[in-house]
Amino acid sequence: MISLLGRAVVLLGLAACATGAVTGLIAALRQSPEALRLTRALAYVFAGSMVLATGLMEAALLTHDFSVSYVAEVGSLSTPTWVTVVSLWSSLNGSILLWGLVLGLFVGAFTYVTTDKNPLQTPWALSMALLVGVFFTFLVAGVANPFAPSPEPIPADGPGPNPLLQNHVLMVIHPPFLYLGYVGMTIPFAMGCAALLAGRLDAAWVRGLRSWMLVPWGFLTVGIILGGWWSYEVLGWGGWWAWDPVENASFLPWLTATAFLHSAMVMERKEQLRGWTLSLVLATFLLTLLGTFMTRSGIFNSVHSFTESPIGPVFLAFLAVALIGSLALLAFRIDALGPVEDAVGGGITRDTAFSFNNLLFTNFTFVVLVGTVYPLLNEAITGKQISVGEPWFDRYTAPLGLLLVFLMGVGPALPWGRSASAGQLKKIGGAGLISLVVAGLCVAVGLRKVWPVATISMAAFALLLTLDAMWAPAAARAQAKGEALGAAAWAVARSARRRYGGYIVHIGVLIIAVAHASATAWQTKETLTLRQGESGQFAGMEVRYEGSAWQEQPHRRSLVANFALLGPEGLIGTVSPRLNHYKKMGTPIGTPEVRTGLTEDLYFSLVNVDPAVGLASVEVHRKPLVVWLWIGGLVMLAGTVISAWPAGRARAAAGPA
Amino acid sequence: MTPEPSPSAPTAAPPVPSTRPAATLQRRLFLVGSLLVAGLALSVVAFGDLGEDLVYFWDPSQMAAAGEDAVGATIRLGGVVKAGTVQWQPDANSLKFIVTDGKVEVPVEATGAPPQMFREGIGVVVEGTLTKSGVFTSDRLMVKHSNEYKAPEGEMSAEERKTLYTTVEEL
Repeated sequence: MISLLGRAVVLLGLAACATGAVTGLIAALRQSPEALRLTRALAYVFAGSMVLATGLMEAALLTHDFSVSYVAEVGSLSTPTWVTVVSLWSSLNGSILLWGLVLGLFVGAFTYVTTDKNPLQTPWALSMALLVGVFFTFLVAGVANPFAPSPEPIPADGPGPNPLLQNHVLMVIHPPFLYLGYVGMTIPFAMGCAALLAGRLDAAWVRGLRSWMLVPWGFLTVGIILGGWWSYEVLGWGGWWAWDPVENASFLPWLTATAFLHSAMVMERKEQLRGWTLSLVLATFLLTLLGTFMTRSGIFNSVHSFTESPIGPVFLAFLAVALIGSLALLAFRIDALGPVEDAVGGGITRDTAFSFNNLLFTNFTFVVLVGTVYPLLNEAITGKQISVGEPWFDRYTAPLGLLLVFLMGVGPALPWGRSASAGQLKKIGGAGLISLVVAGLCVAVGLRKVWPVATISMAAFALLLTLDAMWAPAAARAQAKGEALGAAAWAVARSARRRYGGYIVHIGVLIIAVAHASATAWQTKETLTLRQGESGQFAGMEVRYEGSAWQEQPHRRSLVANFALLGPEGLIGTVSPRLNHYKKMGTPIGTPEVRTGLTEDLYFSLVNVDPAVGLASVEVHRKPLVVWLWIGGLVMLAGTVISAWPAGRARAAAGPA
Repeated sequence: MTPEPSPSAPTAAPPVPSTRPAATLQRRLFLVGSLLVAGLALSVVAFGDLGEDLVYFWDPSQMAAAGEDAVGATIRLGGVVKAGTVQWQPDANSLKFIVTDGKVEVPVEATGAPPQMFREGIGVVVEGTLTKSGVFTSDRLMVKHSNEYKAPEGEMSAEERKTLYTTVEEL
């Protein structure tokens, strides 16, 4: 029943989407308000049908309707309810449906907020967004149909989702955030194409474009950080980032989107870098497609790549069409936007800093792209399986990252459009001197590794200048208007909310940079194999194995090993890492136990336990500052929200859609 | 979703109107030329030393065929743990076993403890390097992820080898 109903709803969505793409085209070409109204209505139908289809699938999952093939694939009577709910994105076909849902929500929201203020671009943008929708609904309706009926006989129970995915609560939020980021990039793409097709890129459209990029960018940022956190808390290898192809796939569009958020500021201010900025918008969308292709087609072996599926070639074809279409649009329509403006830069200006920022981000993207795609191309040509090791990525991205941190400090300290004054240069020099002192202090307390010390020193430099950029306008206002400093700071921050949000994001990035460099450089690790009652030494404390016990749950049994941690003053605490045996899965999966602290984490990951002999092996890691990775992520999120929060109602009415 | 009007930075100068005509041919040529040079330089940097950090996915026969070239390279060696060859000394944190594909046998020395599922006859992927003496030293051990794994009799087919890599229990 749900099979049939779901299929019908998806087909309705597909029909609405396809018709809407065409009526949008007519609305754009003929400037017809009726066609535009119809397009809007069809966009809402599309959004509604995606919501309904997802609701039906959730209903099927929750009622364990194994006549639906997707439920038979990932459902199980013994899994807890929250796992059943999130099973929607635990396998390929369901995740494509989630993709459709998110796209529907974005298209619906975009349709809702675009008024008739930009009659030239809006119909094009709706048409393009719906065109992307056609592709994804086509997948849901066809190759990746989650509503397909199960083959007879209908099973009485299913295997449940991949144990790795039901092992931690973070799995509930990580994929949706990533999807909101990934899929949300469709809207800026549609808006960018619309500007090119309409031959008009005015300031209002640019501001809208930037806002529509900032929202998915924020989601993507959080999604990437949550992914690292999940990897750290669940996978038991003690790390959060390994330049895994799937991680890279989410990072690539983030890089180009970040470059866009910066170059858009130049474009908004001076109508420069139009072609460049639009290229970044289109590239971001193409990279999300590439990323989806890489993760969903099973060409990489990873926890994220589900099974081999026929979706690969279809995706590759869509990627090729989107790429060729984007290139053609840029090549033929860029001149329609207006005359070529003067080149950016010259002198020590903020404009120059922005140009370098974009160069560095583009290089960064290039390096990650090469390292990610090279093994694929190599295998396609030579048939040999290889991968590019982490040291290669680190070698090229570390200096680029350091330079970006440098610019993060210098950029806000420089004026737009004219060379920096002696006073401004002096300020930068002063921050530079302090950062050298910081580096000296690091060396003095015994920190001797070059890269992390350079990172800490450079982060101090950028932090000083960022705080100054936030502080100086407030101080100036307080003096000029005779206000109290607090009131002045509040007023300045409110009037320049977008900029202050950006600075807060920068501070979050600096926190993450320092935490990542320190935790990677100064971690220690040891494997302890202990008999029951026996102790091993690690990081100045004693780790004593107390024994193991079985813990039964409906969907799994866990072998829990208990360790006591003893310091010079007695018991510090106990840890119980475990190995989970899922009923439908042969291989046990570990859950590490992490003792998180503000200065360092202690990480216990069980390697093996033999209850019969009373022997257990545990890997113990000590990693400084790890928690600051997640705190930095929260700071970035806060800054993004401050920056992207819609303006007050009065201004919204006056402003562009 | 409506953005606030762009606030002007207190330090900003009024935008300078730029009215220069479209780029001349010379400027365009210069631009294209510098882009080409930059792209070339970037490619050299990027690909120049890629080989040093590659990780090779090999089975014992392929590694043997590589001969001297295999020594020192980072390799993910995939095969089956030969029955009767596992020696684990918990006190010394030393694990020794032989990985075979039915044709070539490679002695492996790993530090650390064997993962819970590790046993004789199971498919494994070990990451590490081959030393001059012909011993493979590994710091990372991955066990094949499957419900019903049977040790292949005799030689592994190319298809089996491929699925071995795609089913190891790790990221």
